[in-house]
Amino acid sequence: MAEITLAGLGHAYRLDPRQPSDFALQPMDFAFADGGAYALLGPSGCGKTTLLNIMSGLLRPSHGRVRFDEHDVTAKSPGERNIAQVFQFPVVYDTMSVFDNLAFPLRNRGVAEPEVRQKVEEVAAMLELGPDLRRPARRLGADAKQKISLGRGLVRADVAAILFDEPLTVIDPHLKWLLRRKLKQVHERYRRTLVYVTHDQNEALTFAEKIVVMHAGRVMQVGTPQELFERPEHRFVGWFIGSPGMNFVPLERDGHGLRIPGTDHVLPDGLVGPGAGRIELGIRPEHLRITAGPSADGVPVAVERVEDLGNYALVTAKLGSATVMAKLSEDAPVMPGQAFLRLPPAWTRLYLDDRLIH
Amino acid sequence: MSLQLQGIARTVGGSIHLHPVDALLEPGLHVLLGPTGAGKTSLMRLMAGLDAPSAGRILQDGQDVTGVPVRQRSVAFVYQQFINYPSLSVFENIASPLRLKGQERGAIERRVREVASLLHIDHLLDRLPAELSGGQQQRTAIARALAKDARLLLLDEPLVNLDYKLREELRTELRALFERRGAVVIYSTTEPIEALTMGGSVLVMHEGRVLQAGPTAQVYHHPASEAVAEVFSDPPMNLVNVEVTGGTARFPQGLELPLTGHLGMLEDGAYRFGIRALHLALRPKPGLPFLPARVELADISGSETFVHVHAEGLDWVVQEEGVHEHGLGEPVTVYLDPTRLYAFGPDGRVRAAPARGRGG
Amino acid sequence: MDKIENNKAWFLVLPVFVIVAISAIIPLMTVVNYAFQDIFSPQDRYWVGTEWFESVLADDDLHGALIRQFVFSFVILLIEIPLGIALALAMPARGWRASLALVLMALPLLIPWNVVGTIWQVFARADIGLGGWLVNALGIPYNYTSDPVAAWLTIVVMDVWHWTPLVVLLCYAGLRAIPDAYYQAAAIDGATPWKVFRHIELPKMRGVLLIAVLLRFMDSFMIYTEPFVVTGGGPGNATTFLSIHLTKIAIGQMDLGPAAAISIIYFLIILTLSFVFYNVMTRMGTGERA
Repeated sequence: MAEITLAGLGHAYRLDPRQPSDFALQPMDFAFADGGAYALLGPSGCGKTTLLNIMSGLLRPSHGRVRFDEHDVTAKSPGERNIAQVFQFPVVYDTMSVFDNLAFPLRNRGVAEPEVRQKVEEVAAMLELGPDLRRPARRLGADAKQKISLGRGLVRADVAAILFDEPLTVIDPHLKWLLRRKLKQVHERYRRTLVYVTHDQNEALTFAEKIVVMHAGRVMQVGTPQELFERPEHRFVGWFIGSPGMNFVPLERDGHGLRIPGTDHVLPDGLVGPGAGRIELGIRPEHLRITAGPSADGVPVAVERVEDLGNYALVTAKLGSATVMAKLSEDAPVMPGQAFLRLPPAWTRLYLDDRLIH
Repeated sequence: MSLQLQGIARTVGGSIHLHPVDALLEPGLHVLLGPTGAGKTSLMRLMAGLDAPSAGRILQDGQDVTGVPVRQRSVAFVYQQFINYPSLSVFENIASPLRLKGQERGAIERRVREVASLLHIDHLLDRLPAELSGGQQQRTAIARALAKDARLLLLDEPLVNLDYKLREELRTELRALFERRGAVVIYSTTEPIEALTMGGSVLVMHEGRVLQAGPTAQVYHHPASEAVAEVFSDPPMNLVNVEVTGGTARFPQGLELPLTGHLGMLEDGAYRFGIRALHLALRPKPGLPFLPARVELADISGSETFVHVHAEGLDWVVQEEGVHEHGLGEPVTVYLDPTRLYAFGPDGRVRAAPARGRGG
Repeated sequence: MDKIENNKAWFLVLPVFVIVAISAIIPLMTVVNYAFQDIFSPQDRYWVGTEWFESVLADDDLHGALIRQFVFSFVILLIEIPLGIALALAMPARGWRASLALVLMALPLLIPWNVVGTIWQVFARADIGLGGWLVNALGIPYNYTSDPVAAWLTIVVMDVWHWTPLVVLLCYAGLRAIPDAYYQAAAIDGATPWKVFRHIELPKMRGVLLIAVLLRFMDSFMIYTEPFVVTGGGPGNATTFLSIHLTKIAIGQMDLGPAAAISIIYFLIILTLSFVFYNVMTRMGTGERA
């Protein structure tokens, strides 16, 4: 086990990068704490796979260093650094039984057979593979094969980190949550450093204690699931997390503070952001309240559409010149036409040039 | 155009792919909802004329078209996989059905540009499919289907291979596109939320049968059976076996619930009660009955947290708004709202259902 | 309704039946006719029953040819399959080197069989052939026209040169189809190169290897052109394989009855062995999928 430090780490696929857009991964500093469960989350092409390949040793970074504790492993191959990896498509040794698959990394390292047996049986019990130990690995389902891949990492005591590359891609939808639960149990039991790459917010938020949200080769935010939902530090995070994503409403300055264009609504003094630049208000559809009748702090809006989505009603409304979406409980009595919108100050965020300032 | 299915069924080599289906499909959007293997694709292939039914008839505007091959029908099909001609540009891909019809150049050009701009790919017309992202490839395939202006447009899980953000975006766009057309549009999906977003009417399918049909939101709120409630609910509706005697329902773990309101009429006997994840809560709600349970997993979707809980006799999912973390095995108390309970009989048919909260 | 459709289907496949009948069944029937009758002319024919078969099966020449044939095919498989795997493993995976290696490998496969025979017939000659002369110059007596061992060696080396590339190309395709993740996982698990070969490459190549074995067995079992051009079956009967033996009887001696009987025996052997291979292949196939 180890802390993994990325020092000034960046990667460009071309030899002499001149501008930021030449980098698949922008130079950055980051540390994965020993025993933490992390997710690298972002859309395709955001650099998360590049970062994973650098950590596993498959790709040598063009800039910066990778350290496992105090050891610099930047130049080491996957076999030389103590990592384990679970791939997108299950990798098992077809000719071996489940037991031999799990024993393989230990036997290769010359571990004595009684210890191999004890370790394999312990891990198999944890992964609920016990009854299948004698079966040929190739006859198992995709979910069991992914557990075998994980197990080959767990049997080793010397593993610094286990890396996951979209491991649930080929798992049946109704089995996915069982495997997510198993991963959580594995983390609680073994407290290994786990790094999980995915484009699926559901997997990332469920699995990880800390999520690294990436976009265009850059880390946009590192935070707990709750922080990402409640305080997105960047416009991208607000949009990417949540379904639908955060609403953003451009604000204009006027003498007293910040006004929503086309309305009389001026944000209270406490929310005023300093400096020049583009200021936007951000609020999640879950936090907006819409009522048919006026209230003290209600802003008039024109409701354009009310969709019955079963569990909730999704309301599309015009707020000044901006369009906002609100998720209301299924009983909320709103019809298309005039209505009033409340922006609870506790959930209202301000963004200056896409970055959170309040 | 209207499409009428009269007892169409399909059996392949002794195994039944589709039990007899009767339906009258008017112009507009119809969603086929069901899990993988429910028979959605089989039904769509019969509608298109790609397969011949083993029994039954298909009528188009009252005319029997059962034996008419797909080439002679006015049909367009969009698949899960992004299927385009790899060696043709986006423009030529969209133009291909028009060229087959032998339209003149100017008309083709106009039509392609019009459809491409509807799908926001008008800036990509010179590219080859391989140079496009997944979302753009599927937009091209949909544009080609729309350009054909077929009277029957079939889309078989068209968004399933896209990232969820793209899916969100395209669902809303597609719905708006279909609203403006006079064609019969059939759209299949495995996801309840997608069915609800698309709106229109729904045919809920399971194991080769159409279980229930009707306006989408109405079917969601009034499932006719336990099977429909499970298929058309995400997560699947929570179920529990209860024993009703003298107006009281006995739950596992000794919870006794006096039955009032819509449940007041239930006769004595064994039932399965169902309740959606949304109507369970972990935060104390005064006056509501509750059960102790343990957390199996807190599944966080982004805006909601689905807490899987286990107790003797039940494996339930509780939906919480927002993001909440729960430890594995954490003891919790599950509060349930009795006004939201469905009661199903031993035959799976609904015996009592809550009145709808809104809109009637 | 159903019946009409079925009749239509029969009508559509009728041309195929006609073509198969003309191309395969009628010639085969002719052979069967000759095998059970003594035919001097269409009018002048005598039923001989299994007489041809009995005499042919008792014939030492056929026994010799059959044994030589099995030994030859066995030796060919023993050399070409491991050598093909080894070469495929040694070939570069990507880049211009891979393309170059593939082109070089494919060259022998592009040469017509009789030309291959002619090339080796000349190349291996002790007097004017570069290869033959070189071996003799090294002090090893070598002359394939007089020495049976040398003749065998020449035919075997020629076949290895000609056909190993096919095995290489099949194995190479099989190797390239293995996802990188397997090699990465093996590196992470600390596997030695031998274990990578034993537990990843070999199992993943099993499908193409079975095809390679099947093709090389059947082809080598029917070998005719090359030994005919190089040695003509000699010296003596040293390189008279089944096909050559058959041709000698049929064309050389015009013994059409025994030749037809041998043909049928030959055909049955290949059919049986192909059937065995096919079953082994499909059974392993399902094992792989499950």
